[in-house]
Amino acid sequence: MQIYLPIAEVSVNAFLLLGLGGIVGILSGMFGVGGGFLMTPLLFFIGIPPAVAVATEANQIVASSFSGVLAHLRRKSVDLRMGTVLLIGGLVGAGMGVVLFNYLKSLGQVDLLVKLCYVVFLGVIGSLMFVESLNAIRRTKRAGAPPKRKNHTWIHALPFKMKFRVSGLYISVIPPLIVGVTVGVLAAIMGVGGGFIMVPAMIYLLGMPTKVVVGTSLFQIIFVTAFTTMLHAVTNQTVDMVLAVLLLVGGVIGAQIGTRIGAKMKAEQLRILLAIMVLAVCGKLALDLLIMPSELYSIGTGGGH
Amino acid sequence: MWRLMILCLALALPAKAQDLVLGLSESEVAITTTFDGSDILVFGAIKHESIEGAQADLDIIVTVEGPKQPVTVYQKARRLGIWVNAAEVEVDEAPSFYAISTTRPIWDILSATDDQRNQITLSRAIRSVGAPETVQDPAAFTAALMRIRQNEGLYQLREGNATLIDNTLFNTEVSLPANLVEGAYKVSVYLTQDKAVISSFSSSIDVRKAGLERLLYNLAHDQPYLYGIVALAIAIAAGWGASAVFRLFQS
Repeated sequence: MQIYLPIAEVSVNAFLLLGLGGIVGILSGMFGVGGGFLMTPLLFFIGIPPAVAVATEANQIVASSFSGVLAHLRRKSVDLRMGTVLLIGGLVGAGMGVVLFNYLKSLGQVDLLVKLCYVVFLGVIGSLMFVESLNAIRRTKRAGAPPKRKNHTWIHALPFKMKFRVSGLYISVIPPLIVGVTVGVLAAIMGVGGGFIMVPAMIYLLGMPTKVVVGTSLFQIIFVTAFTTMLHAVTNQTVDMVLAVLLLVGGVIGAQIGTRIGAKMKAEQLRILLAIMVLAVCGKLALDLLIMPSELYSIGTGGGH
Repeated sequence: MWRLMILCLALALPAKAQDLVLGLSESEVAITTTFDGSDILVFGAIKHESIEGAQADLDIIVTVEGPKQPVTVYQKARRLGIWVNAAEVEVDEAPSFYAISTTRPIWDILSATDDQRNQITLSRAIRSVGAPETVQDPAAFTAALMRIRQNEGLYQLREGNATLIDNTLFNTEVSLPANLVEGAYKVSVYLTQDKAVISSFSSSIDVRKAGLERLLYNLAHDQPYLYGIVALAIAIAAGWGASAVFRLFQS
């Protein structure tokens, strides 16, 4: 069934969009990522204009993250206190990111920078996570019980300590704030919720347990993407409600399923799957940059549109 | 000299004395939620003033042109091992849609001079002035624009798609794709004889969003804050709804 999208001004197959939303929703519920880094290129591929795809994607992520968070809240796997600290950092970072983005735009070649950002970050995070979780799986197989890493580092020496009961942490608020700001900056530049950076950062830098990380990341993503949606709706009028509804109907159902799948899986397996997915997207983007495209030219609606 | 001019005029007059009437199966195209393209029937008749006119070798060219927009064409090139947009050309005016239907292959029935005068073919409809001096081959950019839009079905050249019956009645069908831009679509009919345009007539089709499409589009542009809040409200409600439904199933 073909549906005409009022803002995107293209006609697309409704079931295709429902399906895409569903798949990304499942991943979102499982891994605590918004799925923007996956969905946005897919929307480009089916012919949605980039500006509309990025803006509408943010709106859809609000829905699937909210659906996911509710499921996690019931399971008590959301660290609201940590989420709030990250969010404060995230909003500050997003503000800085928008300023930086506009500055880069004035220099030109911002598209390339965004793509390179994707390749570098997806590549680095994906490989680190892949190697780490592979080692973790080997260790559990060999030794039976995994040795818990409770080593005191410089992070524990910082002031302003705070108790994060759900995560079982007693650390300074400075590292989560810095993580929040960094992710916020990157999220604004790359046009995503930042879950795929946030999740590994929480696991490896803050030492949070994987099960809590997913819900907490989703909690934080809701606010960041809601903010982004409003920004796009007001400044560019590029949020397509019809497209968003189609995507989010699939997305919210997918998120519920994903949360249940995630709860049944081991933490290492969850991490290794996320790593593979991140690396796959990275590989695809890298190939696009390296291989000669079949059509050298592309059209952008220029001028004052 | 004076006499020669009068003679020329006298010779030219009979050829001009052929009028065109044009009809459209639809004067308005409403883009609704389920809009999936539309076929427009363009038909009409030629009024002959003389017997000679009715027996001449006549041909018909029908063009449908969507609203013109400025576009930017980017060219990729390899820099430091990766493919980046290296050059760009601004095209001042490119029709968002352009379809040509003819009775016979276009260059058999139209001369280059008359094409230029009437701006019939696609390359005449696209206006590009002032490519930057750094661009070596600006024509390649326009060619790329035409090629890409042809592949998307936005630019069509259908030779032999128009029929002319008894040198009097003509008709052709133009299929508008689903990804249309709003605005007035200009429909023109050209009557040609010996590769020269001897008469022409224009009309237009209004392409407008309707119903829900119109409502959402207007809301997005007139009340962006409200639109954003509604979009978020829908997202939150859907997220909560799915969660509630799933809990119901599980308990």
